[in-house]
Amino acid sequence: MTDGRVNRSVVQTIDWHLLGCWLALALIGVINIYSAGHSTEGAILFDLATRSGKQILWIGISLAAGLLILFVIKPHVWEELAIPAWLLVVGLLGLVLLFGSTVNGSKSWFQLGPVSFQPCELSKITTSLVLAHFLRMPGFRIGRFRDFAIVLAVLGIPAALILAGGETGTLLVYLGYVFMLYREGLSGWWLVFLFALIVLFVTAIKFPLWVSFALLALGIGIYVLVVRRGVHGIVAKRDLAWTMLLVAVIGSAVIMSTNLAYEHVLRPHQRTRIDVLLGIKEDPMGAGYNVNQSMIAIGSGGFFGKGYLQGTQTAYGFVPEQSTDFIFCTIGEEFGFVGCAAVILLFVFLISRILRDAEGCREQFTRVYGYCLAGCFFMHMMINIGMTIGLMPVIGIPLPFISYGGSSMLSFTVMLFVFLALLRQERRYF
Amino acid sequence: MENRGKYVGIRIGLGVAAALLLGRLFYIQIINDKYKTDALNNSIVYETVYPPRGVIYDRSGQVLVGNKATFDIMVTPREVTSLDTLALARTLGLEPDYIREKMSYYRTYRSRIGFKTLVFARHIDEQAYMRFSEVEYRFPGFHGRIRTERDYPFNAGGNLLGYVSEVDADYIRKHPEYRVGDNVGRTGLEAARESDLRGEKGYHIYLRDSRNRVLTSYNGGEDDKLAVPGKDIRTTIDAHLQQYGQDLMKGRRGSLIAIEPSTGEILALVSSPGIDVEDLADMGSNYARLSSDPGKPLFNRTVQASYPPGSVFKLVCGLIGMQEGVLKPGDRYSCSRGYVYATGKKLGCHEHRSPLSFTEAVRMSCNAYFCYVFKNILENKKYGSTAEAFDKWEEYVRAFGFGSKLGTDYPGELGGNVPKSSRYDKIYGKNHWRFSSVVSLSIGQGELGATPLQIANLAAILANRGWFITPHMIRDEARDSTIHSVGIDRRYFEYGIEGMWQAVNMTTAEGATAPLARVRGLDICGKTGTAQNPHGEDHSVFVCFAPRENPQIAVAAYVENGGWGGSTAAPIASLLVEQYLNGEISEERQWLRDWIKVK
Repeated sequence: MTDGRVNRSVVQTIDWHLLGCWLALALIGVINIYSAGHSTEGAILFDLATRSGKQILWIGISLAAGLLILFVIKPHVWEELAIPAWLLVVGLLGLVLLFGSTVNGSKSWFQLGPVSFQPCELSKITTSLVLAHFLRMPGFRIGRFRDFAIVLAVLGIPAALILAGGETGTLLVYLGYVFMLYREGLSGWWLVFLFALIVLFVTAIKFPLWVSFALLALGIGIYVLVVRRGVHGIVAKRDLAWTMLLVAVIGSAVIMSTNLAYEHVLRPHQRTRIDVLLGIKEDPMGAGYNVNQSMIAIGSGGFFGKGYLQGTQTAYGFVPEQSTDFIFCTIGEEFGFVGCAAVILLFVFLISRILRDAEGCREQFTRVYGYCLAGCFFMHMMINIGMTIGLMPVIGIPLPFISYGGSSMLSFTVMLFVFLALLRQERRYF
Repeated sequence: MENRGKYVGIRIGLGVAAALLLGRLFYIQIINDKYKTDALNNSIVYETVYPPRGVIYDRSGQVLVGNKATFDIMVTPREVTSLDTLALARTLGLEPDYIREKMSYYRTYRSRIGFKTLVFARHIDEQAYMRFSEVEYRFPGFHGRIRTERDYPFNAGGNLLGYVSEVDADYIRKHPEYRVGDNVGRTGLEAARESDLRGEKGYHIYLRDSRNRVLTSYNGGEDDKLAVPGKDIRTTIDAHLQQYGQDLMKGRRGSLIAIEPSTGEILALVSSPGIDVEDLADMGSNYARLSSDPGKPLFNRTVQASYPPGSVFKLVCGLIGMQEGVLKPGDRYSCSRGYVYATGKKLGCHEHRSPLSFTEAVRMSCNAYFCYVFKNILENKKYGSTAEAFDKWEEYVRAFGFGSKLGTDYPGELGGNVPKSSRYDKIYGKNHWRFSSVVSLSIGQGELGATPLQIANLAAILANRGWFITPHMIRDEARDSTIHSVGIDRRYFEYGIEGMWQAVNMTTAEGATAPLARVRGLDICGKTGTAQNPHGEDHSVFVCFAPRENPQIAVAAYVENGGWGGSTAAPIASLLVEQYLNGEISEERQWLRDWIKVK
């Protein structure tokens, strides 16, 4: 891929696959936003009074921003700007708690005249840049306590402010950074640990407590008897008993405090959404309504779908938020399994391509940023699509490039084009 | 190559995650049919067709409760493309401000309303509705709806008919077969016969396309279900008599009941104060006022109140005595202003000549006489103990329909009370109580409780000389018309009836207790009662039937705080009998009618 030539032409330095994915997803978005709204708005595709028209305008604006990033702004600016931008965004996240306006229960929006935007959208870019900045520094080892603490601070400070604003969706997206950290040296046991935490949390809510304890015991047992016997473990033999005891204590604490956290930390509507997902509560007219209607819409699409503009579920307003968070319903209903699979495969191709590009980079900055980007897109895809088909609780986050909304379109595009610019730099000089 | 491994691992993870999403999609879009049928339900629109509720008739075919059409204007806000507010206001006779307010409400809640159709204005008058129908095309999004509502052409029986109202959330939870918007009978006959009256809802199915346009009737209307109208109900009530009875009881608390003895059909069932049918039609806005009325008009005293029957019960006592062989009709007992049942304890009586025969004792309503009779019943040598004799007495009393629900059609009927010997065993100890402990039962006081309907049933039993058919007010083929015999020889009744005849048709000088009830040519037989009331003036009671031979009507009047039986209840009951049998009140009794009104 990199054969040592420098100063290649524009055509050769840009990853056209990524650009193609971007364009395809954005067009799919516009087509489906039009379908979701056509029965109520009843206008033509390009009418700026309609959502589809506005989305086209936003795609134009985003593309302009993207081209600016690609051809005008010098790529090293991103590295230099990383820390000041991160501080600025943290400041904005703090300010929005004081002066922001509340939309759908989360106090995370700045209202500037006709324009409104969420600083947490920006925080995904700045956090990725700062992480790239630190990890690139010579001698930085994630396994070392001081460096690990820096990473935790870079992630934790904006995350805490986002949580305080009630924007749970973006907070979950932050979990995507774990893949980058894993690639950059974090032990795989952290992934296991995180996964185990989620499993324990879910089982403690859904089943009697003893089930969670049984799972914990089973997990420890499997580690001791099977993994330890096998190739290698992370714990030295002499520390095994103590470590397992520690795991047992931490696990028990998690289980015991789950209900407490569940009752007191989560807000009532979030609890209900989780309850509905886990089948603890049936609430087809309330919190379960969205999911139920959305699954009906997608399910009714069948293999080939009902045909463009022929969907009855999304068009009637049975599915709420159909052009933003639930846009996948329109795709599912009108284009069926074929359409859904196409969108998912496009995302898989996009993420996989980003990973491939990142892995091939010599600049660690670009590689880290690429992994951050991939993790972010991955979380958005999993949470958003998972929510519409009843795999995830209802969390209001957009499907990148497809969902209606100017600020998410712009910020995702900027994120992607920053990577394209970094990549271009890479290809120009290596 | 650890990093290479991690890179591959992450890409595999990505593939697994995507496979998870695709698998789930494959399941809900292709394998599982549940979501497809649900979606069908949503794009097919069921429009409910409400059946007209059954009509309630009186015994001669007069409509007591019918239906009338009311006109509503409906609106689907999403379909309102343009609106000439002033023209609509003119057409419907509404204030323009009302329309503006409604429209701004729809705008505010447009996302919640979606494509729903809402009631825009209720109870539009018929003229306005017709005007609107002609120009409906000018108001896209608006259309008319005709509903039926209960209509009461005749002001009779508000209390026994009951009311109808829309079901609330609580009702739906308990009766899942009902839906929002359904009506249900809440009280009286409307509630008792809900399953017949309500009919079956139907529906019209049509299809909507993805732009919410109604395309066609689904399957050419073949799957539509017609509404089945509710079954009409023919009652045994005589609307005019019911109305006349309500009139007689106006301003009083109590019950007035008329039964046709040969069939058990209830001719009139008056509970006073009652509910005006005007209030019935719009119960929603009247309920609060009616339920806080101290006269308790929502409470149907005829079957839901239990009172001591008083002296009318003496006849029961005497008849049991004769059947048990402890009283011969000619037996005479003396009375000097009462009966001494224990040292220093006397059950009082009024001044009359002494001694008396059974017939005379009924005519004059002597208390002492029936104390002797009851004493003989309880001290009958046939039985081993007072308790055993008491049980026999109780059995007779229950055969008269006292002490348990008669089983009439009105919901919420009470059973009244007839004490059991075990009750006295508990109070006094086994074998430690005697006649003197329960003496007041002989004259219908003490632990006895009866509903006015049970007392009216007693009048019917006397008229029939020993049997009754459960009093009812709905004519129904499936009805159980068993003849209940009270188990007392027919000839004994004649002695009591002679006494009842004398009580009405003789003079005060001869000791008659109810001369005010006398109607020339009708041979009314009656018995007064004065139920002691510890809370105020005594209750006035009267049972009667007429004519003496082949009786057509049996009446019970129970007037709370009406005083002595002959003074209030007797004239009221006799006026009802006269009205029913003669169709009018004779000239010579007009004064009584006027007097009762002002009394």
